Order: sequence, then C-alpha cells, then structure tokens
Amino acid sequence: MDHREPHITVQDLTMAYGDFVLMRDLDFIVNRGDIFIIMGGSGCGKSTLLRAMVGLKSPAQGRVLYQETSFWDTSPRERSRIMRNTGILYQSGALWSSMTLAENVSLPLEEYTDLNPEQIREVVSLKLALVGLAGFEDFYPSEISGGMRKRAALARAMALDPEILFFDEPSAGLDPISAHRLDELILEIRDSLGATVVMVTHELASIFAIGNNSVFLDADTRTMTAVGDPKKLRDESSDPKVRAFLRRGEEG
Amino acid sequence: MSTKPTQPQIKITRSSTDDLLVLLSGNWRLGAETPLVDDIRGRVESEPGIKRITFDSDKLNHWDSSLLTFVIKVRDLCKLKKIRVNISGLPKGAQKLLALATAVPEKKDTRSEEVRESFLFRVGQDTIDFFRTAGEMLTFIGEASASLGRFLIGKAHFRRSDLTLTLQECGAQALPIVSLISLLVGLILAFIGAVQLKMFGAEIYVANLVAVSMVRVMGAVMTGIIMAGRTGAAFAAQLGTMETNEEIDALKTLGISPMDFLVLPRMLGLTLMMPFLCLYANLMGILGGLIVGMGMLNIGFMQYYNQTKGAVTLTDFGIGLFHGIVFGVLVALAGCLRGMQCGRSASAVGDAATSAVVTGIVSIILATAIITVMCNVLGI
Ligand SMILES: Nc1ncnc2c1ncn2[C@@H]1O[C@H](COP(=O)(O)OP(=O)(O)OP(=O)(O)O)[C@@H](O)[C@H]1O
Ligand SMILES: [Mg+2]
Repeated sequence: MDHREPHITVQDLTMAYGDFVLMRDLDFIVNRGDIFIIMGGSGCGKSTLLRAMVGLKSPAQGRVLYQETSFWDTSPRERSRIMRNTGILYQSGALWSSMTLAENVSLPLEEYTDLNPEQIREVVSLKLALVGLAGFEDFYPSEISGGMRKRAALARAMALDPEILFFDEPSAGLDPISAHRLDELILEIRDSLGATVVMVTHELASIFAIGNNSVFLDADTRTMTAVGDPKKLRDESSDPKVRAFLRRGEEG
Repeated sequence: MSTKPTQPQIKITRSSTDDLLVLLSGNWRLGAETPLVDDIRGRVESEPGIKRITFDSDKLNHWDSSLLTFVIKVRDLCKLKKIRVNISGLPKGAQKLLALATAVPEKKDTRSEEVRESFLFRVGQDTIDFFRTAGEMLTFIGEASASLGRFLIGKAHFRRSDLTLTLQECGAQALPIVSLISLLVGLILAFIGAVQLKMFGAEIYVANLVAVSMVRVMGAVMTGIIMAGRTGAAFAAQLGTMETNEEIDALKTLGISPMDFLVLPRMLGLTLMMPFLCLYANLMGILGGLIVGMGMLNIGFMQYYNQTKGAVTLTDFGIGLFHGIVFGVLVALAGCLRGMQCGRSASAVGDAATSAVVTGIVSIILATAIITVMCNVLGI
C-alpha cells in the first residue's frame, strides 16, 4: 500500500519566541491521508508547532512544505490559497464571539463558495449535526459550554471540507462518549473525504485508535525524539520517555 | 489530651557530631507565624561539622503547605552548604508531596534571565522600541488605507451588521453624553467670556465668543475626546479580546483580512458619524451660551440669535466638520491599532483600552494644533 505521497513536510524547523528557543531541528513528513499526532508534555510547544505549520508564526529557521511549495518562501497569494485549503480547530475554540454558531460556520462558506443562502443554511445544519449540535444554530458562543464550543469550532473547521485539518486538542473537555464519537468522525472525514489530519492530543485512547503516524516533542532536549506509528512507539521505542508517555507513566 | 492550638515551633538540637535534629511541634497552618529558617542557618554556620539534618515530627499536631515550604527552604539552604537532609522523620503525606514537588525539575532556561540593565542599555532599548512602534503605527495606517482602497473599489468584505452596530454606537447612543458635555462647555465659555466682556460693556459679544469657538474647534475637540474615551476604548477592548481568544488568528487562517473585516467597518462607522455629532455638539454649545446670555446677561433671544448668525460663517462650519472627520479617523485608528496589538491576557486588554484612549486624545490635540496653524497660514 506504499503509494503514500508527502502532503506536508517539515524540514529542519526551529521555533523561538524572541531569544527563547522552544524546539529545534524538527524534521518529519505528514503523508496524504495520515492522521498525524503531535505528542509531548504540556507547554513543550505543540500549539506553537501548529501555528508555524498553518502560517500564523514564522519559524526562526527551517521550512514547511505543502507538497512542493515552501510555505514561508512562496508568494502571499499562493500562501492564502494553501491556507484556504486547511481547516483549523484552535485550542481555545476561537469562535467569533459576536456571531451565532450558524454564522460562525457559514462565514467560510459565504466567503469561498457560490452557494445560495438556503444551501448554506443546509450545509451549516449538517455540519453542526455532525458534531452533535443540531438545534444550536442561533446560540452565541458565550451561551454554550466549553466542550460544545470545541465541537462548534470543529464544525467551523470542517465547513469547507478542506484537504488538511489541524486540530489542537479536539477532545479536551469532552466526555468519553463524545470523545469517542469525535474519533469516529475524524476517521470518517479522512476515509470519505480523503483529508489529511494533523492533531495535537493527549488522549491515549484516541492516539492509538485513530493515529497512524506521530511525532514526539521532548521538552528537555528541545527537539523531537521519536517519529512513527504510535502503537509501534509504545511497544518498540528505545526512548524510555516516549514509552512512559504512551503508557501514562507506568513502566512495563 | 488537650489539642489547644499552639504556635508552630522548632527546637534545634545537635544529636550527634554529624547530625542536627529539628524537632517540629505545634500547629503548622498557613498564616500562622512559622519559625525562621535563619535559626537553622545560624546553627549551621556557627557549628561546623554538621553533615546531616534530620526532622522529627512526633510532637506535630497539624500541618499544611506551610510545613512543606519550610522544609523546601531548609533543603535549599542545605544544598548551598552541601549538607544532606533526611526527611524520613516527617509525616508520610508530607514526604510524598515533597517527592512530587521535586519530580519535575525546575526549568532554568525557560526565560531569559532578568538581568539588571545599565542606564545606557535601557535608553538604547527604548529608542529602538520607539522606532519599532512608530514603524508599526505607520504599517497599520498603510494597511488601513489599503483596506479603504479595497472598499472603494468594492472588494473589501465585512458584515453589514458590524457597520450598523458601530453606526448605532457612535451615533444615537453617544448623543446623551455629547449633549451634556457640549452644553456645559458652552456654558463655561459663556461664563468666562461674560466676566471679561462685562468690563467693557460688551456682553453681547459672548454670543460671538461661544459660537465661533464651539463651531470652529471646541465642539469637534470635545466630541473627539468623548468618542476616544467611549468608542476608541471599546474598539480596543473588542479587538483585544478577539486577539486573546485567537479569533483574529481564525480569521487570518481563513484568508479573511482582519483589516477589512474588523477595522474597516469600525473606522467607517465612526468617521461617518463624527461630523453629525460635531454639528450636534455645536448646537448644544450655542444653546449653553444662550442660557447664560439670557439668564445672566439679560440678552434677548432674538438678539442673541442674530448676533450668533452674524458671527459664524460657513467656513467656520466647514473647518469644524473637517476637524470632526479627522478626529473620527484618528480615534478609530488608535482604538483599532491598540486592539490589534493586544497581547494574550486579560490585563493586556485593559492596557490596550487605556492606551487607545491616551493615543486618541494625544493625536486629537496634535491634529488640532496642526490644523489651527494651517488655517492661520491659509488665512481662513
Ligand atoms: N506569545 C508567546 N510569547 C512567548 N512565549 C510563549 C508565547 N506563547 C507560548 N509561549 C511559550 O511557549 C511554550 C509552548 O507553548 P505552547 O502553547 O506551544 O505549548 P503546548 O505544547 O501547546 O502546551 P499545552 O499542551 O499545555 O497546550 C510555553 O512554555 C509558553 O510559555
Ligand atoms: Mg497547546
């Protein structure tokens, strides 16, 4: 089945806030159709890595390639084309607080499709129903719970059926059943729409259930210490830290 | 057994040549006066040869975090003096918590160290910062102009409702406070003028004084300052909160320009409403003057009206409105700029709002000075 083509390539990436180097020498490839997990301890720079990959924070060094195009070296027009093909779920949700859920989900559709208002309304209802929020169209983000906000933000990220989805801790704040449904949804999106998913998560259950590739960021050495299938890493990794992470700190 | 609350206490004894024994007793509660680590330091320094410190907690009644911080301080001290610490005499729970507290070593290099900087270094740094912020401001103004250009050729996209909301906030909802302030400013001008003009028996010129100063600058300046405090701060807080919540990032990654989507409707709204507010403020100011004129100086209504009509020219109105438009742009720019520059915390939002008001008012005063000089040079 090795017809895998690289979708996102991270080359020699160093991220820093001012003089403070967060991670250096990151090198990995996300293949088309992967569910790629970014793992690592709290505060080690996973969200920052996502920000560098989606073009919100320029890296101190190194490149991010989308297929063949180097994101930070290409023209702004090409850059916005790439960005338009990605959907992002932020760690904080980042729903636009002055708009209802329906308006949040429909803004990307209004911006980039020729659908008429009626069709947009149907798509919006579908997306909200997919994340279990049918009937909440007219609620404002401040009127729903934290977990619901996460799910609504997920609906917004999926609005345009993008090629690449970036999720920052999608299941944080969700109950086990919703979290499980979310895993199924992500798998389904990948299988039916052929999307590539890059996801930051700590949820071991979902890492093993859906992840097929991963990178482990180590806060102490400030670089990545493992890359590959998380199940393999758990059983075969030579790095005790990686094994401990994937076994909740239990030795074995 | 009596369990009456007793002060936390330590008793330090030299149990053997190598050991120092610390006897803990009493109720160790946060807020109570805990013994000083200095006592132990004193013993360690005055008695050489101590290799180990042991704790004994048999007499300890109750303990909480105060005990833990005490032990940690002792441990830090011992690390310096190269003495071992034996905590096996502490309560079991305390031992476990201490072990957890040291499980993840403190990160030393997470932040660049706070170093004391020399005066020259700081001056240099501030100068660089000044030019950087000036650059940012210019970039922002440039981007806003580009966005306005896109709007004029019909390419900028924003939500109608954002514009109407701004229009409403800068229009109808600002009327009460604008009325109050301009009326009072008119009154004050008339009062001060009246006292002086009375000496020459020229009370009627109060009408000229009030009308000309209100219409030419004061109406616009007062409105500008009110709007800086009211709307400029609100803009900064709104955009700042959006920045904090990553909402602006979400717009950017969707390929929507925050300039077009957020800044433009606010700038248009405020700039559109400012001339109207200024006109209204002019009227209210003149009304204030009229009240003083009729009530204190016994000038008749028609007399005051005619005097005012004769005093103010269309040019004065034009200059006043020009002021208003300029102030609208400045206040909106200041508010949006500070909002977009906002950091990622609640206090940053507060700072952004404050800074928006300050920037707004300073730029209003500067602009007034420049326009006044220009009018003088042009002779209008
Ligand atoms: N704007 C910023 N300026 C300076 N430092 C920052 C900034 N944002 C984050 N950091 C620092 O970068 C580090 C990594 O932050 P990041 O949000 O990427 O962590 P994370 O791996 O996503 O953690 P978590 O799992 O808790 O979300 C943190 O130590 C933080 O202090
Ligand atoms: Mg994070």
